[in-house]
Amino acid sequence: MFASILQTLPQVLIDGLALGAIYAVVALGYTMVYGILELINFAHGEIFMTGAFAGTSVLLLFQSMGWLGGLPAWVSYVLIIFIAMMVTGALGVGIERVAYRPLRKAPKLISLISAFGVSFVLQDLVRFIAELKTGNYIISVPQLFDGRFTLGFSSMTAMFSNATVKTNTIFIFIVAIVLMIGLDIFVNRTKWGGAMRAVAQDRDTAALMSINVNKVILLTFFIGSALGGSTGVLFAQQYGTIDPYIGFILGLKAFTAAVLGGIGNIRGAMFGGIVIGVLEMFASANLGIMTGGNFGAEYKDVFAFAILIVVLIFKPEGLFGKAVKEKV
Amino acid sequence: MRWRWNGVVAAALAVGLLAGCGNGGSATTTGAASGGDSGSAGSKVIKIATQSPLSGGSSIQGEAIRLGAQMSMEDHKEDFSKLGYSLELVPYDDQGDPKKGVANAEQIGADQAVLGVIGHLNSGVSIPSSVVYEKYNIPMISPASTATEFTDRKLKVANRVVARDDFQGPAAAEYAVKTVGAKKIFVIQDKTAYGQGLAEAFRDKAQELGATIAGYEGITVGEKDFNGVLNIAATQNPDFIFFGGLYAEGGLIIKQARDKGITAPIMGGDALDSSGLVEIAGADVKGALYSSVAGEIAKMEGGSDWAARYQQEFGKAPEGYSAYAYDSMTIMLDAIKKTLDSGGGEMPSREAVRDGVRATKDFKGIATEVSFDDKGDNAYAKVYIYEFADDTYPGKLVSEVSQ
Repeated sequence: MFASILQTLPQVLIDGLALGAIYAVVALGYTMVYGILELINFAHGEIFMTGAFAGTSVLLLFQSMGWLGGLPAWVSYVLIIFIAMMVTGALGVGIERVAYRPLRKAPKLISLISAFGVSFVLQDLVRFIAELKTGNYIISVPQLFDGRFTLGFSSMTAMFSNATVKTNTIFIFIVAIVLMIGLDIFVNRTKWGGAMRAVAQDRDTAALMSINVNKVILLTFFIGSALGGSTGVLFAQQYGTIDPYIGFILGLKAFTAAVLGGIGNIRGAMFGGIVIGVLEMFASANLGIMTGGNFGAEYKDVFAFAILIVVLIFKPEGLFGKAVKEKV
Repeated sequence: MRWRWNGVVAAALAVGLLAGCGNGGSATTTGAASGGDSGSAGSKVIKIATQSPLSGGSSIQGEAIRLGAQMSMEDHKEDFSKLGYSLELVPYDDQGDPKKGVANAEQIGADQAVLGVIGHLNSGVSIPSSVVYEKYNIPMISPASTATEFTDRKLKVANRVVARDDFQGPAAAEYAVKTVGAKKIFVIQDKTAYGQGLAEAFRDKAQELGATIAGYEGITVGEKDFNGVLNIAATQNPDFIFFGGLYAEGGLIIKQARDKGITAPIMGGDALDSSGLVEIAGADVKGALYSSVAGEIAKMEGGSDWAARYQQEFGKAPEGYSAYAYDSMTIMLDAIKKTLDSGGGEMPSREAVRDGVRATKDFKGIATEVSFDDKGDNAYAKVYIYEFADDTYPGKLVSEVSQ
């Protein structure tokens, strides 16, 4: 049993880390907004989805114009991610302005319902536009990096078998790490980051210290949504097909990751995302082996969420909930 | 099952459409009814209704059913006028909606001149509507509904010329084991009634035929990352993979499996019979297999002549179900004619026609031979296996499996 689990381990880890990196960056959006407003922005999964569609439409547009021919693939990739980030960032700001700010003084439950409303609107809006333009709301995405290569783990030790890696997976790792480090530096080292942390700690006192609270909240929404949108592009490139409903399940899991890491805590969200991704991939590859075929891969979410429950029983504030006092 | 997405879209549009099309539908009926009155001046009228979606997402197939039935009726008009009867087709639009289908069925039942129904396309509509037909003793022949429940309730009126859903899995297994020579098969299913049923039927038959099942795993509809399941498949190194589910997940599984370096052929059921599969899987779709209850008409005996005639008459090429609708109508008219002959030219009763249809044996049609068993299933129904030789839809017909 252990031998066969070990055999696939390199492949499982690579797939799990790729999925986990996506969860982690999406989880950042949940955790930032929660940290600053104590609002669970359930529309964030849909912002992620909109990012996937925005990036893909830009890519399709570039292709039809023939602009991609002269550029190296990675340059256009970065360009598309940047455009998608701007679009979803602006979208996040707009949502905050329209759907959340008028309700900021209302009970939290009202904002939550407003968030659900926004997420339905986004789903159907994107579906409508996609169907109008292409006649089908399941869109196939042209791949910028189509290559894959094999890592020779088996030559290191016979316990492992080889792992296949898509070039795009490497790109996901790079982009996710750059984004996470960038955000960490921004929040901890810059003036605006300091303002965000101050608003998260105490909104009223921060206002007294001449911090423009509304601007900080808008900035938080912009950054959180832009991160979500960038992951959307990575996701579309990794899996090659998108539909308006991809945000729901993924958003739920990313939210879980944020809770696991301690909601409101940025490093916790990153860690939680990676953990959920790896656990999910490990469970779907090995549950059948571990239970002698009684529980198959379809129970992977049960496994991942059972672990979440166990963690929350012993540490209700999440893994990193109390380790860091400040939350953003 | 395979119209699941269309169902979602249809449901979304249903509210808007209901009012407008309700009027349109009744207008057609009154028009047809008054036409019937004028026709009955010279001779007695026998009406056959068709029920299929003429509007909405499946209207292409629905229209094909109507036109196929119409063509057969025109071919038989002369025979019946010799007997002193004029034939008339009454097309109804069920919109792929069970509620509309049942409402139409009540109208059909109230019109005493209607002796039979050709339809419906969707199993979900056929099943509730058949209860109404049973009440009025109107025989129905469906050219397309495959759900097992449709005939399993042993209604006297419900018949179909295509294969049952639970024959698809075994037929696919037979192809996999006997033709492809698969020995170690990995089965994936999507935990829906359709996908799981298909996968289980496939698994059981494959085991019976002597293949080993290397794994039987489930996935969740709506997800995009199936690397976990495919990692298990990769370690087992199977020589064949069967997927019970819809094309959105099927396409991704094909693509991600090839990304992982899994080269075994991948096969699925009729839900993969969609151009969407090719779009999602891209060039990786080459070599993928799927089963379908509809055959390629051009390959059948006399099929190409028939297709040319259809093209000439209606200005478009026949769809997959056109020929099945044609055969269904021919069976219906044959049964009516037989009851006419044995009844000495009297207007046949609905009950007699119903029993006559069920008694059909060894009928040779364009698309299929037909013998109805005591439940109304066609003993000659076949499942056709298609392969994507290229990354274009549809695939190439590679085999047919009979029951």
